[in-house]
Amino acid sequence: MPAEAPLANAAVAALAELTPEPGVAKPDPILRVDSVVRQFGGLRAVDVSHLEVQRGAITALIGPNGAGKSTFFNVISGFDTSDDGSWTYNDEAITNRAPNKLARQGLVRTFQLTKSLSRLSVLDNMLLGAGGQTGESIFPSIFKFTWAKQESQNTKRAMELLGRFNLAQKSADFAGSLSGGQRKLLEMARALMLNPQLVMLDEPMAGVNPALKQSLLDHIRDIREEGTTVMFVEHDMDMVRDVSDWVVVMAQGAIISEGTPGSVMQDQRVIDAYLGAHHDSALTESGQGLTTEEDPA
Amino acid sequence: MDFGFILSQSLTQAIGVTAIIYCIAAIGLNIQFGYGGLLNFGQVAFVAVGAYAVGVTVVEVGSSLWLGVAFAVIIAIGLALLLGIPTLRLRADYLAIVTIAASEILRFLAKSADFLGGSQGVTGSIGTEFYDLNPLPEWDRFELGPLSFSRVDMWLVMTGWTFIAIMTLLTWLLMRSPWGRMVKGIREDEDAVRSLGKNTYLRKLQVLMLGGVFAAFAGVFSAVSKGSVQPDGFVPDFTFFLYVMLILGGTARVAGPLLGAAIFWFLLVFVEQVLKEGVANDVITFISVTQIGPIRFILVGIGLMLLMIFRPQGILGDRKELMLDAR
Ligand SMILES: Nc1ncnc2c1ncn2[C@@H]1O[C@H](COP(=O)(O)OP(=O)(O)O)[C@@H](O)[C@H]1O
Ligand SMILES: [Mg+2]
Repeated sequence: MPAEAPLANAAVAALAELTPEPGVAKPDPILRVDSVVRQFGGLRAVDVSHLEVQRGAITALIGPNGAGKSTFFNVISGFDTSDDGSWTYNDEAITNRAPNKLARQGLVRTFQLTKSLSRLSVLDNMLLGAGGQTGESIFPSIFKFTWAKQESQNTKRAMELLGRFNLAQKSADFAGSLSGGQRKLLEMARALMLNPQLVMLDEPMAGVNPALKQSLLDHIRDIREEGTTVMFVEHDMDMVRDVSDWVVVMAQGAIISEGTPGSVMQDQRVIDAYLGAHHDSALTESGQGLTTEEDPA
Repeated sequence: MDFGFILSQSLTQAIGVTAIIYCIAAIGLNIQFGYGGLLNFGQVAFVAVGAYAVGVTVVEVGSSLWLGVAFAVIIAIGLALLLGIPTLRLRADYLAIVTIAASEILRFLAKSADFLGGSQGVTGSIGTEFYDLNPLPEWDRFELGPLSFSRVDMWLVMTGWTFIAIMTLLTWLLMRSPWGRMVKGIREDEDAVRSLGKNTYLRKLQVLMLGGVFAAFAGVFSAVSKGSVQPDGFVPDFTFFLYVMLILGGTARVAGPLLGAAIFWFLLVFVEQVLKEGVANDVITFISVTQIGPIRFILVGIGLMLLMIFRPQGILGDRKELMLDAR
């Protein structure tokens, strides 16, 4: 969609001008997070003082295992409850709002452990993502004529998306019969059925083979070109460098660094955080930045 | 041994009044457990509610059976809300604990409440208004091939299976719809469905209510056919028999409860009759007549174990589907 490309480019260009420091204000934030805390017993899994996510850009959230990335996603998307703090989406306060309400408002997330609905067909998985379905109310559902037209429109859209993600020929199969990588693709395609404004992808590329990874990256770029804001968790630094406009680094629940991919990977705090968590990875021989491999465990 | 007699007895039971009662309640459980994944271990409570609603309305209050049916529906919905509202937001096992506890609490309450007849229950001509509608000719017996029913039983069996057909059709209509898709999605992974913007809590409540109302109809049918309501007919075993029938027929299959209930009662009666005849004719010498009751359950239990080993998906189930999450 070339017509919308300049919009994304503008958002991206604006980011390059910013000072790379934790909590830096963005020109047009879609998400604004303030002093969010999530504690598990004595463990402060998330302790984010301030974060803004730029609209129209691809933001990567990185950090060692156990840094609190998934918990942060869970809290923001309503699947977990924060102990403290507040956050806004499109300037509307959405603190601890139910996840289904947020999804209907266009804030959609995927899960680190894929949640494909195994004993539903791939197509049914997709159709479940479509919003505003008359047939999802119990009484109209009995009478097919009340929802048949909507269903066929949704099916058309679902098949288009499945085609884009190379899953069209699998549409009639049980989702449980897909490979791990295909499930990741399905979950992403399904999220797009909601026409999201902000998608939060938790490790969308974990367990996906390298060839498929490349096409996933293309999909993520496509999503941005369509005007959707993307935030994603990823361990593979090559991928992060390749696709993201902005990188946020978490360690021990807090955001320790923010910036463009280039600047973040030179940040001493980031290098230390990774060294602290993983003695066997993290630095290149030259000491210039982070290595590309992170164990997927 | 008279196998013709044994077969005809077993077949009569397989489509008879008892099988119908269980079948109706199992259709409700199929919606809850088979499609929605809700662990309702207290389905018998809804059956009891239906039976007591008509029993008390007709016998104790002296009012109309049809008013009793309306009460049965309303109270079943109320019970579903009472059990569902606090538990359906929690992990799945909470519903299981609360429903089984509630079914026992209700049974003991019924046994000690005077207006519910105490431990004697309620006895009277509960079904008169229903039997008055019987259009069948005044014959003694109605012979259908090997089957033989009295005029009253014939009327019960006809209406019962018609009702089952309607409820099965309703289940099919619901489950092919986007509503049914969402319900099945909730069974698979509720959080995934919530992440797609759906109010899963509301649907789970609807599922619990719908299945509960079906069970209440089973209770109505039981009270009408027996002319009495006995509190000790509503023990937890009732619910577990329903699960057995469901698994036997195939869960989340529209016709699963029908086949399950029919086969379950066929087997139970068949085994019993074979043992009885065997003992009476000295073919089976190592057991006595009084042991037949427990032994038939042991044999049926072994049969079910074999079924689980060789056909874990039930008769109508799809093995591929069952094995999906095993990897
Ligand atoms: N439900 C939970 N109960 C207790 N501790 C948890 C729970 N979820 C996450 N944690 C802990 O919180 C920390 C952050 O976990 P997580 O957000 O999954 O990290 P990441 O996604 O960055 O790898 C970890 O130490 C983890 O053990
Ligand atoms: Mg994680």
